[in-house]
Amino acid sequence: MASAPSETALEAAPTTVKIVIAGGFAVGKTTFIGSLSDIEPLSTEAAMTEHSVGLDDAGGRDRKTTTTVAMDFGRIALPGNLWLYLFGTPGQDRFLFMWDDLVRGAIGAVVLVDTERLEQCFAAVDYFEQRGIPFVVAVNCFDGIARHELDDVREALAVPAHVPVLYTDARARPATKQTLVTLVQMAVQQLAA
Amino acid sequence: MSARHPGSHVAAGSDDSNDDGEDLPTVRPYAVAGGRRAPSATELPLEALVQALSTPLTGMTRECRRILELTASGWLSVAELSAHVRLPVPVARVVIGDLQRQGAVRVHAPVLPPADRRSGTADRREWVPTSDRRLLESVLDGISTL
Repeated sequence: MASAPSETALEAAPTTVKIVIAGGFAVGKTTFIGSLSDIEPLSTEAAMTEHSVGLDDAGGRDRKTTTTVAMDFGRIALPGNLWLYLFGTPGQDRFLFMWDDLVRGAIGAVVLVDTERLEQCFAAVDYFEQRGIPFVVAVNCFDGIARHELDDVREALAVPAHVPVLYTDARARPATKQTLVTLVQMAVQQLAA
Repeated sequence: MSARHPGSHVAAGSDDSNDDGEDLPTVRPYAVAGGRRAPSATELPLEALVQALSTPLTGMTRECRRILELTASGWLSVAELSAHVRLPVPVARVVIGDLQRQGAVRVHAPVLPPADRRSGTADRREWVPTSDRRLLESVLDGISTL
């Protein structure tokens, strides 16, 4: 082995925790992450799926298509050598199979909702509810305007009474911070229950 | 409970695990992975942290060298390395697993709840709540100070 980096570099590893930010395509997940993250939100290809699509007309060979699934994420350093990662879910329902990796060990999830496209978050609500994962429904107020009453959203999504439904603004740190606070409070309560 | 301890050879026993049956069944790590099996998402979660123990060696691939450079001065997660080195996560897992076996990096993985694999039951309770109340309260306090 080559020379090791200086000993001082070998500090204790931070404790990592994570929260999943879910919701439909272009609902503001990356903006939400960016409002809190210490680092510029990064994007990575979280998985690759390959599908053999049968015979290729031209060559008569098996053709394979590879789909890469992008995932955005950010990181927040908290006191006590804690690193909180915020992972945005890939935006389409057909990538739900990937979510198991994201949620394993997570504190919980924020389901970000655009009330103009409410149906986009159905799959996320189903997913977290079925698994008993703590989640909050955060209605993203574009331009600071709430177009729907929270009770209407709760009813439309049929979320259980113990799940908080709140307004947020993905661009505004105080709002996104409060969203995370509400989620972690819920996770603590669920632990006590 | 079969929870593992942080940092204890997370990917070392990569061959004795049955985990890969469930993880991303259609994934084919290719190219730089050279057909080697990716450490599973349980072994090397996205938020597992990596730190270099060695400087880049001659003969190492560009990806290995880059990972060692990026982690020479501190910890970075599997997700961050994947993004910076522009490797899809499953491929990054293979490369990091190799570096770990070579002793070139150390890995600090969170203790994740073991995935329940009762032979394909419909009700897959994979998610187990974070049971560390003190940790949750530290996170809550921390977020509140942001």
